[in-house]
Amino acid sequence: MEKATLTFTDVATTVTVPAGTRIIEMSEKVGSGITYGCREGECGTCLTHVIEGAENLSEPSALELRVLAENMAGRKDRLACQCRILGGAAKVRPG
Amino acid sequence: MRSLIGPDGPVALAEGVHWIGALDPDLRSFDVIVRTANGTSYNAYAVRGSGGVAIIDTVKAEFAGAFFARLEAVARYDEIRFIVLNHLEPDHTGALPELLRRAPQAQVLLSPRGLPLLRALLRDDFGRYDIRPVTTGETASLGDCALEFFTTPYVHWPDTQCTWFARQRILFTCDLFGSHFCDARLFNDEAGDFRLAFEHYFDRIMRPFRSFVTEALDLLEPLDFALIAPSHGPILRTNPRDYLQRTRALAKARLGAGPEKALLVIYVSAYGATAGLAQAIHDGAEQEPGVRAALFDLEGAEIAPLLDLIEAADGIALGSPTINGDAVRRIWDLMAALAEIELRGKLGAAFGSYGWSGEAVRMIETRLQGLKLRLPEPGLRVRLHPSAEELAEGQDFGRRLAAHLCGRAPARVLDAPEAAAG
Ligand SMILES: Cc1cc2nc3c(=O)[nH]c(=O)nc-3n(C[C@H](O)[C@H](O)[C@H](O)COP(=O)(O)O)c2cc1C
Ligand SMILES: [Fe+2]
Ligand SMILES: [Fe+2]
Repeated sequence: MEKATLTFTDVATTVTVPAGTRIIEMSEKVGSGITYGCREGECGTCLTHVIEGAENLSEPSALELRVLAENMAGRKDRLACQCRILGGAAKVRPG
Repeated sequence: MRSLIGPDGPVALAEGVHWIGALDPDLRSFDVIVRTANGTSYNAYAVRGSGGVAIIDTVKAEFAGAFFARLEAVARYDEIRFIVLNHLEPDHTGALPELLRRAPQAQVLLSPRGLPLLRALLRDDFGRYDIRPVTTGETASLGDCALEFFTTPYVHWPDTQCTWFARQRILFTCDLFGSHFCDARLFNDEAGDFRLAFEHYFDRIMRPFRSFVTEALDLLEPLDFALIAPSHGPILRTNPRDYLQRTRALAKARLGAGPEKALLVIYVSAYGATAGLAQAIHDGAEQEPGVRAALFDLEGAEIAPLLDLIEAADGIALGSPTINGDAVRRIWDLMAALAEIELRGKLGAAFGSYGWSGEAVRMIETRLQGLKLRLPEPGLRVRLHPSAEELAEGQDFGRRLAAHLCGRAPARVLDAPEAAAG
């Protein structure tokens, strides 16, 4: 299976994951402050700031784009419950 | 009791600006969490310009009658150009669906974060109305004057905003600067002593968002306001800036933070096993330069003052034995109370002794994670009293937590299955 790595800077942790993993699936397991909320891309609670590797993440869906806009998120912000890492590496922290 | 008899009609704040809210003298608790010895008011306002009228917020549903009666005394429904929603909590939007039925031509102005709430509030009718999200600096023209909006999230909910009416130098702040204090004399210079209500309101409503409050104050302070019109309690027309300064003070951590990173190790222990672990964690953390650790046996501590300390600290490690498959009551009480303070960015950790199943540590971790603390180290559990080796492990755990607080923790590299088991 293709691998990718996710780094959560708030807990100084890097984790190797199967490509296609949603950020939220790992952030909670490693204890990062990127947590919870509705898991359905509605609440914006899992807002995540992408420090590096934005190009390795899945394209935001229309739903994610709408919630990001409503939360006045910056260009480097994503929703951890929607966003998947497709390969390579990405570095994130709570938004 | 003149103070409790409502003014019959609308009350003018300035030329073209009226209070059209409602009084609720009998309320004794608000939002479940605020005690309201003096009742409250739901302040709504009407602002008139040459091009029409703007209604700013409404009232709780059961007071809609009083609101509409006062509104009708200052404007016709077909004159309403805008409905400004500074906040979508039901105490301010209770009369909104009916107001929209009566003034369907009005444009609804709210912050972008208000949109999902408005969708839920109006359901199928959402698409029928003219709804416009606005952010800081955007305006709505009333012909010869205008309203300007300031996005101030989390001065209660994510959707909160403030509205500025430059012509009369009035700032409409909704919950911010509010107090649950019902007094029909309406203005701060005429109402009874509402200082306790003002402070209590901040503590219960705003304190969990205190850094957002500070950001809002930074945004609003440059405005040359002559009057602050909040949505609860007295309208602040005499020395309004005093209330901003007081709020600034309230929004600071009750206890100041020192130059060092502060880690609080808080525990409960029946036979001393968890206590021994707590001491080791504390001692380990103290060894890390730049970190000050403190140890608390929660059985001997009051929760409220401890919250003040946690508010100012950088991290907390909570310890509980497992008793009947659970963490102990005192720890749950503390963890329940944590919702009353701001925890953004704080570090959390859990530890405890157990006999056979040891659920407590995982439960504490789950609660702390639910409160959005970061938990860089998996919780530490020992069976019965810690051995010398386990005490050394506790010290190491404390040292690692301290290193995380200082940003000096060595990077951890995990494989997904390993992380899943952690
Ligand atoms: C009333 C009681 C109930 C207990 N229930 C559990 C339990 O459900 N699961 C478990 O792992 N240990 C259980 N224990 C064992 C304690 O967790 C164990 O004795 C632990 O070392 C106590 O730590 P302390 O000295 O810090 O209180 C129980 C102990 C007592 C006294
Ligand atoms: Fe509110
Ligand atoms: Fe309110």
